[in-house]
Amino acid sequence: MAQFRVCPDSGFYFDKNAESLMKANAVAGAVFLLIAGLLGLGVILTRWQEVHLLPADVFYQVLTGHGINALIFWIIFFEIAILYFASSTLLRTRLAAPRWAWLGFALMIIGALMNNIAVLQGNSSVMMTSYAPMQAAPHFYLGLILFAVGALIGCMVFFGTLVIAKEDRTYEGSVPLVTFGAITAAIIAVFTIASGAIILIPTFLWSIGYVGHIDAAMYRVIWWGMGHSSQQINVAAHVSVWYLLVGVLFGARPMSEKVSRMAFLLYILFLQLACAHHVLVDPGLSAEFKVFNTSYAMYLAVLASMIHGLTVPGSMEVAQRQKGLTKGMFEWLRKAPWGNPVFSGFFLSLVIFGFLGGITGVVMGTEQINLIIHNTIYVPAHFHATVAVGTTLAFMALTYLLIPVLFRRQTFLPWMAKWQPYVFSAGMTLMILFMLGAGTLGVSRRHWDMDFTGAMLAFEYPGTAYTMMAVAGIGGVLGVLGGVMYLVVTVGSLLFGKKLDESAGLLQGFGVPLAPSSYTVEQPERLPMAPKLAVEEHGSAGFEAPGTFVLAMFLLVCFVVYYFINWDYLASVWPLS
Amino acid sequence: MSSFLPPAERNWWSTPVGKQEVIWVGIALVWCLIMFLMMPYWHLYGKQNLSSEAYQTTPAKFQQRVDEMVAQYQVGEEAGMPIVKPPVGSDVYMLGRLWQWYPILELEKDQPYRLHLSSMDWNHGFSLQPVNINLQIIPGYEMVLTVTPDQAGEFTVVCNEFCGIGHHVMLGKIYVKEN
Amino acid sequence: MSQEETVTPQDDLPRPERVPFFQRLLDNPFLLLFLGVVMPTVFYIMWGIMEIATLPVAP
Ligand code: HEM
Ligand SMILES: [Cu+2]
Ligand SMILES: [Cu+2]
Repeated sequence: MAQFRVCPDSGFYFDKNAESLMKANAVAGAVFLLIAGLLGLGVILTRWQEVHLLPADVFYQVLTGHGINALIFWIIFFEIAILYFASSTLLRTRLAAPRWAWLGFALMIIGALMNNIAVLQGNSSVMMTSYAPMQAAPHFYLGLILFAVGALIGCMVFFGTLVIAKEDRTYEGSVPLVTFGAITAAIIAVFTIASGAIILIPTFLWSIGYVGHIDAAMYRVIWWGMGHSSQQINVAAHVSVWYLLVGVLFGARPMSEKVSRMAFLLYILFLQLACAHHVLVDPGLSAEFKVFNTSYAMYLAVLASMIHGLTVPGSMEVAQRQKGLTKGMFEWLRKAPWGNPVFSGFFLSLVIFGFLGGITGVVMGTEQINLIIHNTIYVPAHFHATVAVGTTLAFMALTYLLIPVLFRRQTFLPWMAKWQPYVFSAGMTLMILFMLGAGTLGVSRRHWDMDFTGAMLAFEYPGTAYTMMAVAGIGGVLGVLGGVMYLVVTVGSLLFGKKLDESAGLLQGFGVPLAPSSYTVEQPERLPMAPKLAVEEHGSAGFEAPGTFVLAMFLLVCFVVYYFINWDYLASVWPLS
Repeated sequence: MSSFLPPAERNWWSTPVGKQEVIWVGIALVWCLIMFLMMPYWHLYGKQNLSSEAYQTTPAKFQQRVDEMVAQYQVGEEAGMPIVKPPVGSDVYMLGRLWQWYPILELEKDQPYRLHLSSMDWNHGFSLQPVNINLQIIPGYEMVLTVTPDQAGEFTVVCNEFCGIGHHVMLGKIYVKEN
Repeated sequence: MSQEETVTPQDDLPRPERVPFFQRLLDNPFLLLFLGVVMPTVFYIMWGIMEIATLPVAP
């Protein structure tokens, strides 16, 4: 029985089971993004002090829901879809254990709903971090545990699929770089989920009275073993997506397989140590522990990110130059398809992740500098640059690619899709920059009222802090608008987009496969190795991608300057020892 | 021709790496090492380093310490809260609880104090404003650090870790006087 | 944390060329999984928990 279909536009082979699972996971992810985005609107309109929309209790409830739905549910559902794509589709193999995969999906859905219900009921407004001994309702934790078990099953299906591909020899040589990046993400996911189990299971038992005491300091250490690592899944996943998108858009090949894969290896070994970023001003941890871990053992994972920062746009530049766009430093970039949301989404994600997310992350993760940043609104500003733009926008760009390829529909309202990455990233960038500024002035995160109404003592932030939060508010609203545009395009495409396959109905969003006649291939041909290069081409003085090199040096200069500015700022605060 | 196909060479490890990447990796590595060395450097020569001195404690025990200090050195009262002026160089205590930082401290400029911090209930965030020093305060643990206020004036401790519905009213004060 | 019994040297398939050690490491997801879980477990979780657990009791 034929089990595969070949996409006539892209040439990808889709296994029927894998395809249905990808669709169901991606659609579920988008639904949780919708919830998260609406809650995000409530959050930002409350933090904009002149608007101050929600009352305190609702604000904390909404903020809890926003964090969990955005960071955990949206991203991980989408990542499971990416794992299945990177294994089954890219390796042209059937998916291992589809029934288990569906079980995992069901557990994730049940868990996500259960957790959301707990938050909705109102006695679990504990923030996504749920620091013990503050306690949420038992089903808050149980929901997260079920979700994590489901995600773990997804990872196991991914690894199983790799084994099948290898045994069936569905590909020649080593796995593609994109798949290797997905392996990196899945490995980090296993550690993430293991840490989550170690801390959430006892906490759940504590919430129903079977365990007497949860140590508050240990909770933080282990919780962040999950909380921070899960961000590293995102990094590995969206870097892989970047590589995929430059491959699809430009036919780009990695500048060097070895360098890019070694960079992923550095992620595997060191990236997760940076969980220590979150406990830099906690009591009792030694300077040695903090310095070693927060620096990913000598910043080796930062090195890896800087490598990807060069090789991703670099491989695009090389491909563009081979097509004749060789004028000057930047013709390859000027003449890129800026009106194609797949490209603009990818490129904005790359730039904002690098310049805003990357630099601020390393700076505030420096042991001593963290003293002037911990728990200020600078922190959410940083991670909106990493996850809300870096990861989310990369996934949005991928979605625009997948609408025709995977869902077999034409994009609905293409003009809206064209503008969406710009609107979303402009809004988010505004919000990020001004929240960074407000954080530098000491404005705290997770805080309902900058005016401290009702406090017995008084304190006033400088007027600029209010202005900054107001501009951040405007940016946030624009960002939400960008998010809404994404959902209008994606949902609209599923409902009204022109069908590229007769049977591409609405139910496919719930995992119903296309008509049997669409699946015509029993076993795809073995995936060949990439064609060898005819001549080793080198640009000016052996620099294949000089424009990218200039951009990378510019990033480095910004990085160095900003890094030392922050040391200087630190040097101005009260001496401590 | 692409990133989503297997590498072109079976043995891709031995394919030479372009000059540009080698140079960039070199530059980036140097920068990473500089950033790494900045942290130990600051431990040796910088003035802002968080001590790792900390103890396991209990809310009752810590409260007792605070009460002893208040009984001995109280010099005034503001908004129902004692103002305490402990001797220069001594151990001073501040506790976080729902929803206050207790008591108010009065310190002398440019003098060192051993500041003990702990929480009576949940996590709290000690955020000294407008200086902008931020510490995580965890129940069951007592953090000890030596601070030397180098500015005179009125300083506020904002709670910047979410601690329930009254989180936004949780303020404390430290007054620093010229001597 | 011992889901890693699966660490098997997978690469005994006949190969036309001798593949260097590092490439074989990178071609083996389960070895990488093992390394990727052990590293943070030892250096972050275990080290961190030990430091907290061995803090002295307040006098
Ligand atoms: C679309 C527009 C969005 C807006 C306007 C927005 C706004 C905000 C704001 C203002 C905060 C900080 C609130 C505070 O600490 O007081 C916040 C927190 C957060 N946001 Fe967003 N956000 C958006 C999208 C996203 C996305 C896409 C993600 C993740 C993929 C995300 C993840 C988070 C997380 C994890 C938190 C922290 C919650 C916590 O402190 O527990 N946000 N958001
Ligand atoms: Cu508090
Ligand atoms: Cu608080």
